[in-house]
Amino acid sequence: MRCTLSALLALIPSALWAQGKVEFNRDVRPILADHCFACHGPDDKARKAELRLDKRDAALAVIDLKKPAASELVKRITTMVKTDRMPPEKFAKPLSVAQVETLKTWVAQGAEYQGHWAFTAPVRPTVPTAGEGWAKNPIDRFVAARLAKEGMAPGREADKRLLIRRVTFDLTGLPPTPKEVDDFVADTSADAYAKVVERLLNSIRYGERMALDWMDAARYADTNGYHIDNGRDMTRWREWVIDAFHKNKRFDEFTIEQLAGDLLQGSTIAQKVASGFNRNNMINFEGGAIPEEYRTAYVVDRVNTTATVWMGLTIGCAQCHDHKFDPFTQKDFYQLYAFFNNVPENGLDGNRGNAVPVLKVPDPQQEKKIAALRAEIEEIAKRQAAAMPEVDAAQAEWEKMPRDAKTEWRQLELTKLRSKGGATFTLDKDGSTVVGGPNAATEAYTFTFRSDLPKLTAIRVEALPDDRLNEKGPGRSVNGNFVMTGIRVSLGDGKDAKPIAVRSATADFSQKEGTFDVASVLKGSPGWAIYPQTGKPHHAVFELTDAVTAGQDVTVQLQFNSHFASHQMGRFRVSATGSPTPHQAAGLPANVGAALKTEPGKRTDAQRNELRAYYRANVSPATRKLNDRVGEINKQIAEMEKNTPDAMVMQEMPKPRDTFMLVRGQYDKKGDKVTAGTPVALPGLRAMPQAANRLDLARWLVSADHPLTARVTINRYWQMFFGTGLVKTAEDFGTQGEYPSHPELLDWLAVEFRESGWDVRKLVTLIVTSATYRQSSAMTKESFGKDPENRLLARGPRFRLQAEFLRDQALAVSGLLNGEVGGKSVSPYQPAGLWEELMSRSDGANWTAQTYTQSHGKDLYRRTMYTFWKRTCPPPSLAALDAPDREVCVVRRSRTNTPLQALVLMNDPTYVEASRKLAERMLKEGGATPEERIAFAFKLATARAPQDKETAILKRIFDAQHARFAKDKPAAEKLLKVGEAPRDEKLDAIDVAAWAMVANAILNLDEVVTRN
Amino acid sequence: MCFAPGFLILYFLLIPSKMSSFNLLQTRRQFFGRSATGIGAAALASLLAEDARAADDPLKTAGALPKLHFAPKAKRVIYLFMSGGPSHIDLFDYKPKLKEHFGEDLPASIRMGQRITGMTSGQKTLPVAPSLFKFAQHGKAGTWVSELMPNVAMIADDIAVVRSLNTEAINHDPAITYIQTGSQQPGRPSFGAWLSYGIGSLSKNLPAFVVQISQGSGNKTDQPIFSRLWGSGFLPSEHQGVRFRSGSDPVLYLSNPDGVDTESRRNMLDGVSDLNKLAAESFGDPEINTRIEQYEMAFRMQASVPELTDLSKEPKKVIDEYGIDDKMVDGGFARNCLLARRMVERGVRFVQLMHRGWDQHSALPGQIRGQCKDVDKPAAALVKDLKRLGMLDDTLVIWGGEFGRTVYSQGALTKDNYGRDHHGRCFSMWMAGGGVKPGITYGETDDFAYNVVKDPVHIHDWNATILHLLGIDHTRLTFKFQGRDYRLTDVHGNVVKGLLG
Repeated sequence: MRCTLSALLALIPSALWAQGKVEFNRDVRPILADHCFACHGPDDKARKAELRLDKRDAALAVIDLKKPAASELVKRITTMVKTDRMPPEKFAKPLSVAQVETLKTWVAQGAEYQGHWAFTAPVRPTVPTAGEGWAKNPIDRFVAARLAKEGMAPGREADKRLLIRRVTFDLTGLPPTPKEVDDFVADTSADAYAKVVERLLNSIRYGERMALDWMDAARYADTNGYHIDNGRDMTRWREWVIDAFHKNKRFDEFTIEQLAGDLLQGSTIAQKVASGFNRNNMINFEGGAIPEEYRTAYVVDRVNTTATVWMGLTIGCAQCHDHKFDPFTQKDFYQLYAFFNNVPENGLDGNRGNAVPVLKVPDPQQEKKIAALRAEIEEIAKRQAAAMPEVDAAQAEWEKMPRDAKTEWRQLELTKLRSKGGATFTLDKDGSTVVGGPNAATEAYTFTFRSDLPKLTAIRVEALPDDRLNEKGPGRSVNGNFVMTGIRVSLGDGKDAKPIAVRSATADFSQKEGTFDVASVLKGSPGWAIYPQTGKPHHAVFELTDAVTAGQDVTVQLQFNSHFASHQMGRFRVSATGSPTPHQAAGLPANVGAALKTEPGKRTDAQRNELRAYYRANVSPATRKLNDRVGEINKQIAEMEKNTPDAMVMQEMPKPRDTFMLVRGQYDKKGDKVTAGTPVALPGLRAMPQAANRLDLARWLVSADHPLTARVTINRYWQMFFGTGLVKTAEDFGTQGEYPSHPELLDWLAVEFRESGWDVRKLVTLIVTSATYRQSSAMTKESFGKDPENRLLARGPRFRLQAEFLRDQALAVSGLLNGEVGGKSVSPYQPAGLWEELMSRSDGANWTAQTYTQSHGKDLYRRTMYTFWKRTCPPPSLAALDAPDREVCVVRRSRTNTPLQALVLMNDPTYVEASRKLAERMLKEGGATPEERIAFAFKLATARAPQDKETAILKRIFDAQHARFAKDKPAAEKLLKVGEAPRDEKLDAIDVAAWAMVANAILNLDEVVTRN
Repeated sequence: MCFAPGFLILYFLLIPSKMSSFNLLQTRRQFFGRSATGIGAAALASLLAEDARAADDPLKTAGALPKLHFAPKAKRVIYLFMSGGPSHIDLFDYKPKLKEHFGEDLPASIRMGQRITGMTSGQKTLPVAPSLFKFAQHGKAGTWVSELMPNVAMIADDIAVVRSLNTEAINHDPAITYIQTGSQQPGRPSFGAWLSYGIGSLSKNLPAFVVQISQGSGNKTDQPIFSRLWGSGFLPSEHQGVRFRSGSDPVLYLSNPDGVDTESRRNMLDGVSDLNKLAAESFGDPEINTRIEQYEMAFRMQASVPELTDLSKEPKKVIDEYGIDDKMVDGGFARNCLLARRMVERGVRFVQLMHRGWDQHSALPGQIRGQCKDVDKPAAALVKDLKRLGMLDDTLVIWGGEFGRTVYSQGALTKDNYGRDHHGRCFSMWMAGGGVKPGITYGETDDFAYNVVKDPVHIHDWNATILHLLGIDHTRLTFKFQGRDYRLTDVHGNVVKGLLG
């Protein structure tokens, strides 16, 4: 029998092929794509013998339509002469007998070609009439028609209990409560099921469940991924996604905001946060790595992710060469690349958490406090602007002071120079200090001086150009810029140092782009920078709150802690003054200087206002105090904002980067310049402005005639509810991808989805209310043999729950689940030392996520989607259960069945703790007899009552365990100590422990770990 | 109707890209390896003929490859991976002429404008730093080995030293990802995962691919490593390496919770098994039978793993030969070497040791002494031990890291101190056993140990060669993902014939 089957497998296909009509897309293209296109396909650089088989005109060179059997193509695939035979032996992809037959038949039937089905827009097919009496909606008609063609019939509807458990998991990722089950069973109305679906879709749990799936696609994680794998915080983005699904945001809008929310006219904070989809990529800051190499990798990742998620395209293949199988050129790739190439980001970043560009996203409380402080600043500004005759008189006197009398600055002799990042210092003849050696990501220069000024009132720091620096400096960064983020002044050094406050800062020039104003040095962020005025000297004056008397050692620290790594000064000089108005001459802002030069009578109103504002804020002793208060408030705001989560967002540079094709995909091998555009083989960007941007790309993706977006999206949702997509290769709709099992259904759903206004909830409703979805998943040997993967859908879908649902289920049935929504990620139980064995750093000011700090209390029981995701060492119990590592986009998880999974579910403290808490519930809520208690727990986990023989088996476990724990009470007590949830001391330890083992058994049942 | 092959086949025809007979076999083999893929492979297997798997066929595999491509020389691999990049100049690549160039700037004719890392690209000079360590020739082969590796020197006639390894990567993350997965960017399966997928496990009770990590004594603040280095990439996740750790839970979640003993676990599992059998009856899903099997294997692992990691029955002589002591200054490397031997004895296919601490940018002489003290003795003992047990012939032992180090000093060069930056243009590794030609030195570099001048071995060539020794044509161990047949060596790699015994 076995041999017979084997023989049949080899022979029958060719026989069948020969009889029917061969269809190019379904039957022939996959063979050509897999076996021929590598040398005879779209990539003209790899093409051999000047022959291409992906186009009919060209292929006719080797196909003789009149004498098909004599065609060169047929000869070459059938010849016994090894050297002539195609594909060549060394290609190692021989054609099977069946494949050769298919090609022969195809040639005999006229060698017809079809455009690749997925690259032409779907047209709504006619709904078949099949399935009368069974069908609940058009989905079922298509499924029934297909089944009829195979001589098969749909299955019966699943038991109500099983069905509500299935749909509750599918829509919320959680099991139904016993009451929900009972209500549903008791509800005999026609729309009982529809009501359940409606209830589930309205639950925030639906938003969470849909977001979780999206997190895989978006490669969401809590760390940056490469090398040191520092922490990051994309909490706000995750919350946005949950909310979007919960509120059923139209998928076209969802798409636009995920890809280009920042570019919408007057975009809201939320829309900007949404654009963080393409900031979820990995980021590197490995010391010594070459920034452009990594910046290129980030952009490539965005192209690949966007193409996979929205178009199901493997466009990444065209990064190095024209696509081997699909009609995409390398130019197409870099035209897409150009859309994502204009983010003002750094190649090396993420060493301090989130990497620029970022956006502060306060929560409502923080927002209120900050608003109050801002109001106070406005109040002060009003007071500053109010009439104050005495102050005005003093100002008039001040204005008359000679402007050309420069403040005298004395150069200081710096000693004890040291660097936090290992830089070296050399003193130059002009009194400046030249910095050499390593240019760390962040820096602090510290030095000491002794001044003989009777009253030192201010320090001036000059940043000087130097030929040895990039762009002549004065900074050490790639473009000669620096970002000074702080200054610390103290009397003395070390532990006994007495800090001296700096009350104000002015500079000859501050960078406008990104407002790197010198005043922000006093807040610590964003700092003082000078781009584009590189290659020129600049200076900043820092006025001290209290003057320093002569002869004391003053220690100063210049800090460079910007997100912009390695932006330190490369050459600097420090001087001091005793002037009571140190800013006047040195740091007068240009507008103030100009106003002063203008005769009082000729000044404009604006100049008068500027002058008065400057005088009152910086000079007048009477009103300076108010200004000092503004400084304090700003500090407070800065402090609060520091604790406000920010989110990485997309942003466009004012002037886009030029994009070049990269030869063989290498970052340092630039080829031809290209501009943003969409692949030629797909319908183009229409009515495009001159320079298309991401927003145009996003709109194109959701345009009515886009062939892929709707299909790819509905396919992913189909996969979510049936375990396998209509196109099994959810990530590949190209010619190498799988032909749909139900092409018409796929197209019908795609058109329906688009025309419904991209209504995800409506689509989901359609799927889960279909008779197809509601079928029983039970199978017979026969039905399994006919369709092992259930692609024809003659039964309901049955597959293991995904990792997150398994843990959430355990938490839910044990009563431990904490249902908080959103917020920062948490760190549940994890075996000790897992991170630390891989990491080399400890947590500190800069690095985070190097040591695992387990959460406590209710944070141990949050839904699993909030578990802290470290990319270089993902949560082990989830990884064992097929959760992807989130390094790159994944739209289809693997689904395995391994002994390590069994170990997790039996022994992970999470599950053991859940077992003992479920045991407590059995004792307290489950009734008086063992049978009742078993039924209680069994129903919680399976939604149905156990059969007698099942009860008997579980009772057997209980009896044996109880007997054992009765003999060894300390063992029972030990078991009850697993996990941090306190045990109920009122309950007998032996009872609880024995029931905990029963609960452990229940939580490991196939029926419980599966959505049936 | 009992069994209807016609329908089965009809179905295959309707979904052509999936249902090639190869795929069916693949599905089935994954079950025979360790598990199913979610479509009830057990039943499928029972429906299918045992075509290519005659019980005594030496080429049969327990993985996705129907057959090995050639007779394997090596059946298993122990990879002693030296994370951080050991200095070839101080260990195996002897350059006597360097002494004459002490402190001189590296000649432009040698550097040839090649990129160097951001850590030394800003240095004013690149001063040549000859090795502080003495070299001598060892064995009949006369292999040059530095005094830092006295024990490895003693097995010179068993190993093949390759001095012409090279990689394009110059930083840790890309370089280590590259040598382990064939790509500098994340996302691809690791070496061991490819083997687990391709040829499966030799053991019913142990995983195919095991990883053990140790922190060396040379440099305690070393480079991080990542689970992607033993990850499964786009392969089914069952192929990821299983981390074995010291302590009471060598495999994560292996031990029963406190208070639960083997007997009570068995009792619970018997119940679960009985209930699952009932479920199999009512749902008819063969996946349930697979799950029952997985729970049984988990239970067996609870016994087989502690037996494996229990060294108490190893003779003291062996313990001493490996240099295992309780202080574990080597981070456990010696212990891991002995465990590796015990693993391959019990059928683990691929054991990867990750020994960290080789990233010696400064104070190299001091740090490398520590590192070599960690690894020299156990690595040599492992080779000798395998030889004594008659296992070296079909066990491949590999030693080396992700790149080498620069001939010029990073930071100040003094008479007795220097540092070395990363260097990918040439570096040294060695292999032993498993069909490797013993007692040879392969490949040459220039006088500055900077460029390969003879017989270059790119890391893709290296990986292709290892696969070859295992009986696998590296161009034919593929996995289709996103429409493309991916492989460990990407589109590169040539088997290095000169290394084959």
